[in-house]
Amino acid sequence: MFNFALNVLPFARFQFAMTTIFHYFFIPMSIGIGLSVCIMETMYAITKNKIYQTMTKFWGRIFLLAFAVGVVTGLIQEFQFGMNWSQYSRFMGDIFGAPLAIEALLAFFLESTFLGVWMFTWDKFKPAWHALMIWLVFLASAASALWILTANSFMQHPVGYKLTSSGHVEMTSFKALLTNQQLWYEFPHVISSCIVTGSFIVAGTSAWMIFRKKSVGFFRKSMRLGLVLGIVGCLGAVTSGDLQSGYLIKDQPMKFAASEGIYNHTENPAPWSVFQLTNTKTHQEYGKIEIPYMLSFLSYHKFSGSVAGMDEANRALHKQYDGKFGKNMDYSLNVNVLFFAFRLMAAGFGGLTFIALLGLWFSRRRKNTIVKQKWLTFILFLATFAPFVINTGGWLFTELGRDPWVVYGLLPIAKAVSPSTSPASVIFTIIVYFLLFVTLASCMVFYAKKSLYKGPESIDKTIDYDNDDPFSKEAFNK
Amino acid sequence: MSFLQFFWYAVICFLFIMFLVLDGADFGAGMAAKLLAFRPAESNMIVRSISPHWDGNEVFLVAAGGSMFATMPFWYASLFSGFYLLLFLVLVSLIFRGVAFEFNNVAETPKGKNAWMWATTLSSTAAPFLLGMLFTAMIQPVPMDNHGNIFVGLFNVINPLSILGGIAVTALCLYQGLHFFTLHANGIMRYRAASLAGNLYWAAYPVEVLFAIALFFETNFFEEHLLSTLTLLVLIVLTTFWGHLSTGMHKEVQAYVANSLTIAFVVMLIFVGLFPHVLIAQNPVNSLLIKNVSSSPFTLTVVTIVLCILLPILTAYFIWSYIIQWKRHDLSEFENTDKGAY
Repeated sequence: MFNFALNVLPFARFQFAMTTIFHYFFIPMSIGIGLSVCIMETMYAITKNKIYQTMTKFWGRIFLLAFAVGVVTGLIQEFQFGMNWSQYSRFMGDIFGAPLAIEALLAFFLESTFLGVWMFTWDKFKPAWHALMIWLVFLASAASALWILTANSFMQHPVGYKLTSSGHVEMTSFKALLTNQQLWYEFPHVISSCIVTGSFIVAGTSAWMIFRKKSVGFFRKSMRLGLVLGIVGCLGAVTSGDLQSGYLIKDQPMKFAASEGIYNHTENPAPWSVFQLTNTKTHQEYGKIEIPYMLSFLSYHKFSGSVAGMDEANRALHKQYDGKFGKNMDYSLNVNVLFFAFRLMAAGFGGLTFIALLGLWFSRRRKNTIVKQKWLTFILFLATFAPFVINTGGWLFTELGRDPWVVYGLLPIAKAVSPSTSPASVIFTIIVYFLLFVTLASCMVFYAKKSLYKGPESIDKTIDYDNDDPFSKEAFNK
Repeated sequence: MSFLQFFWYAVICFLFIMFLVLDGADFGAGMAAKLLAFRPAESNMIVRSISPHWDGNEVFLVAAGGSMFATMPFWYASLFSGFYLLLFLVLVSLIFRGVAFEFNNVAETPKGKNAWMWATTLSSTAAPFLLGMLFTAMIQPVPMDNHGNIFVGLFNVINPLSILGGIAVTALCLYQGLHFFTLHANGIMRYRAASLAGNLYWAAYPVEVLFAIALFFETNFFEEHLLSTLTLLVLIVLTTFWGHLSTGMHKEVQAYVANSLTIAFVVMLIFVGLFPHVLIAQNPVNSLLIKNVSSSPFTLTVVTIVLCILLPILTAYFIWSYIIQWKRHDLSEFENTDKGAY
């Protein structure tokens, strides 16, 4: 066979990143839109107003599309640990497998069974019971996030384990896994960002339809619901993110210092760098813009205190791990990616909150003032795509910041990959997955757009969707 | 081997049986969507019978994979990294199968709908075929080193036994799909499905005989477990005959039960034949044994407790979802409507 001495590791890593990022486009979509649909159907069950039923069905279609792509791309996740990362699976199976198995038994069965029931029993159940089905789907998908994050949190911060003589980890406490501090910072953050994603899809695409002056009353209602949920999600994401970075300073000082681009111990009080480009070889910084006191405030919520730099963190890591892993471990991180990923999240959630408030303000009156604010509806439409970028940035931040470990302090990434897998197979599967993803994403966007443009009229023709209030005689004047 | 290790080996076997019995019907209906149907309305009627259930049924595969990871990580790691490309193709076909239902439903043009219906049929054929190949390739002695890393060549994956295994699983799924559909259909389609199944059953016997012969030459099932292998092979032929007979006599429930049993016996044949191994190396000292591939007793206890709590609840709502959605559909529901399968 060919032997170009190609190393399988970078390809396996690339494949994991690619398949996971793509999968994670659709997971927050289905969890987030799922919550919107839950609320819409609950409103219908309470008010018995037909427009909420139409809303449920209308956004339900888009939800189903996202759900379908999310499920099938999730299959890859379940199997690629064994395929590309067999050494990891052997090392971690005792701990990692359990949350995965529980995720399937507890969450996947529940969500897919009740989704199947929900889709086909509109006439069979009373609205309240029917709404309960979709709530179960939403809760199950949130539960699946909890279990997979339990596994992820162990990789970031191992707890409740022991190392065996044969060199792999064994679980000693299941409770420790579930009460991992990392998990309880990560889980609310992830769920909040899922809510942001779904809500801004509902709000942003509604804004686009308002921009096109189609069924304005219907889409104004949908948009306002999306914006309110979106603000709740943004606040949750920022709060949990802030708590998480406070934890990060103590738990993974290297990751934190890299995300702030600091090599040397900062002065006290520490300034916060809004923008800088870092040369990771010479440790020089270019184009730095700083806000005084801000880093102290962000880190400790007070205007004093200094933060350790990467040099210090690097020395500490060598001191801690050289005995076991040797002096040649490279603990340096991709500073620029981490630095901007962090700012992307902060600016993203802030920006989204701001335009959501604007959107709510301009659509506050019953008469359709929002139709005239074309600039705003257009910006809101663009905001549909922002959460995807923010989510990806967040995961790149967390996972690249774990370098060089796959399991923090226990297993370096290089030792996790499958020894029997050839680079050729991985490159081949990367190409096929890539083509597959392009196809899936284009079809999904194409059909979602079709669904959107068909409008609520395609579900129930008897309602006047241009008017805000279906019971008022006062029709909106085009 | 501890009791829990044996228990989880049986649980994984059970999950694969449930997967092939339940999702097998979905694969079969997917195949029938082009094989049995001549018009879009007929395809839609067939797909409608499985559309509330396929997603939940597929979870049995995910649960089986997850359980392997949790309870026998060394098996999971060796098997999945070893049969890399085969598993990859399984994933690709399952991906297409999953989205094809949804995209077919939202497509608006007849061309688009037809393309996704073909995607349904092709992926529903490929998935069980490839899974059948995987199940029968993994029971043969494979080139494996002393760390459990498998380096398969082309002929470890493609050989008479694995091809027969692929055909057998595909055929079983097709029968299962047709039986499931007859239970959910009224009128002409119901009888056409039964008649197609009845005719196709004739192909089962030669495949089963050839399969038994290939099993004799390419595995050590007959040396290690002569009695149970022979018993299961006889049972497979008997239940096939029962399924065939009851299809001919229009006993639909019996036919479904009979074919479910055939599927269960085939999976049991594999798991009993492998026992107490999970993978057999060409150099026997490297073979993986259940007792060596398992998780720690602590982890096994944790997942056993979780399973014992969840399984009754899961079974209850799973059966409930089938019962409340059981309905015989008429072809007329699907004529002259642009609604598609749902």
